Amino acid sequence: MSDMRDMFVETASRLFRDYCTPDLLRAAATGSFQTQLWNAMVEAGLTKAAVAEDAGGSGAELADALALLVPAGASSVPAPLAETLIAGFLLGEAGVVVPDAPLTIAIPRPGETLRAVRKGDGWLITGAVARVPYARFASGGVTVVAETAEGPLLALVALADCKIAEAANLAHEPRDDVAFDEAPAQAAKLTTRQAADVYAMAAAARSAQMAGALQTVLQLSVQYALERSQFGKPLGKFQAIQHNLATLAGQAAAATAAADAAIVQAQHGAGSIAVASAKARAGEAASIACNIAHQVHGAIGFTAEHALHFSTQRLWSWRDEFGNDAFWELKLGDQAVAAGADGLWAMLTAAA
Amino acid sequence: MEALSFAPPPVSEEAERVRAEVRAFLKTELASRPPFKKADSWNGADPAFSRKMGAKGWISMTWPKQYGGHERSALERYVVLEEMLAAGAPVAAHWIADRQSGPLILKVGAEEQKQSILPRIAAGDCYFCIGMSEPDTGSDLASVRTKAVKADGGWVVNGTKVWTTGAHIAHYMILLCRTAEQTANRHEGLTQMLVDLKNTAGVEINPIYDLAGQHHFNEVVFRDAFIPDNAVLGKPGDGWKQVTSELALERSGPERFLSSFTLLVELVRALGPDPSPAAKIAIGRLVAHIYTLRRLSRSVAGMLQRGDDPAIQAALVKDLGALVEQEIPEIARQLIAAEPDTKSTSDFVAVLAHTVLNAPSFSLRGGTREILRGMIARGLGLR
Repeated sequence: MSDMRDMFVETASRLFRDYCTPDLLRAAATGSFQTQLWNAMVEAGLTKAAVAEDAGGSGAELADALALLVPAGASSVPAPLAETLIAGFLLGEAGVVVPDAPLTIAIPRPGETLRAVRKGDGWLITGAVARVPYARFASGGVTVVAETAEGPLLALVALADCKIAEAANLAHEPRDDVAFDEAPAQAAKLTTRQAADVYAMAAAARSAQMAGALQTVLQLSVQYALERSQFGKPLGKFQAIQHNLATLAGQAAAATAAADAAIVQAQHGAGSIAVASAKARAGEAASIACNIAHQVHGAIGFTAEHALHFSTQRLWSWRDEFGNDAFWELKLGDQAVAAGADGLWAMLTAAA
Repeated sequence: MEALSFAPPPVSEEAERVRAEVRAFLKTELASRPPFKKADSWNGADPAFSRKMGAKGWISMTWPKQYGGHERSALERYVVLEEMLAAGAPVAAHWIADRQSGPLILKVGAEEQKQSILPRIAAGDCYFCIGMSEPDTGSDLASVRTKAVKADGGWVVNGTKVWTTGAHIAHYMILLCRTAEQTANRHEGLTQMLVDLKNTAGVEINPIYDLAGQHHFNEVVFRDAFIPDNAVLGKPGDGWKQVTSELALERSGPERFLSSFTLLVELVRALGPDPSPAAKIAIGRLVAHIYTLRRLSRSVAGMLQRGDDPAIQAALVKDLGALVEQEIPEIARQLIAAEPDTKSTSDFVAVLAHTVLNAPSFSLRGGTREILRGMIARGLGLR
């Protein structure tokens, strides 16, 4: 990790912590866009971190930009930062000038299709993608990867040209269904990146957010165990609780280490062992960690008033977004079977 | 909670070059070793193999050349270890000496001890066992009762050590014993001594067979055994401090998540080219776990290389590693219906049987799960 990245992440962490108070998170959960938070992130150069300099960004490596998502996940940042970073990276790579406004990515999942056909100098996009993060607020446009007769096409579609059906995840983050009916691309470029490759990039981003959220869940649980006393001593002095929190710490550490690897490998496509391992491992860690955190917190952690749910509701949602554990485990299983018994170890050690 | 961070493992091109050499060596050396024996891995002792490793320069890799070492990095050493374990090489004879006894002697030993012992370890000729546990002393190590009483020119030792892996093949034991009466501070008055097992009168080694019928453990009884002054390791009374740093070395390596790896290999083989989606998902999950554990474990190797003290991180990796090691046989037996049988002619069935029988030890040896979680809790500020 470069010193530059450390500094960048540290600055961002402070900004996230300052802005993402319980009040702001509650306001976001009612469905309102947090403009002040967004503007602060724009001013700090966070939203276009991974955008090439000639496309109006700060030209950081994608990995350095995705590293921001660990503290963003820790603070439950209620904005499409992950999606804007990835869309900005892709658009910048394609030479498209990237706006300051929020962006999102609509990547067809298995079973969904997006097609593009040429019309005049441009392209028309048709199809639908379910549960697109923050689509209703993506005033900068919706970035898609569509199939064409000439290969995959990266395109930016204006929000006004999309049909949006609003929905949300368990943490009340917008997850809208987006339909495209011969929607004109504002900018488009044929790309070698398949939809599955971008899907993997988004999975790496969610893994990073989940690592951050797990760290917060751990920190809140340890703090509560030290503060809350029963039977004349703090909860944290009971061995059963200590061991549960040690288990939680192990899950958080594993998810974080896996996410560290995934963000470095995020642009290397759908076959990345690091990305698949990170999303699967984070999903499993989330299930175990949320269980323990709520158990340690008791009834107070189950209330709307307490802050724990900002993180746990996100973890319960994020573990199923951009591929659940089984989705990525199946990919890893396919690779292991292809490597064969005698190639399994070589496969593991070759994976960066 | 800073204590629980894991920096990305450093990249080492030298280490990757060593990997290729080790793989080529193992391909020939282990060509005829059956999977059932491979599953033994770091419990399989073969002095001839250890000497070959010594000749290759793959023991004592990080030690100074003046003591027979090779002045390689901790990361190169890590690669040699993980390649040996993944391939199921019989490394037990020299394993303990290379992992913890040698490094401890290097750190606290007298010059004469270093010169006489370390080069022999490096050659794969000199093996060690660990004299910590006793009949009434398991996890509570500070309660050791084996006692050394000062005599002319040395110490007279009485007491019993148990679960002493490899004592029957070892040349030396590093004995933890009490050299002063116990005070309020239980960590005081403990001393480590180098016991020459082949040339000390009053030392009796009796086998303890484990539930699989294997002889790895021993009981070692000291009856008025005379240990000369020059065999004291480090300073009298410093035993606790020394033993704690030794244990960090014992917990940090790849042996803490690869104990069942041979079973995973045989499971993939037995499932064949077209397993069910459920089987592939189960295998893929284990791949994700091992990939992540390997990254955590290499991160600890990086901390050791930098001279940090990763005791808590090592405990965390060992705790997570043992869970996966113990899960592999449970998953294997659900994916392929087979009755485990150590005598089976099927490699999968025999390896499954071996792993089922050995799995309980994975979360006991080198610090129980409960001790490790206590250490992690301390790292979290709860104790």
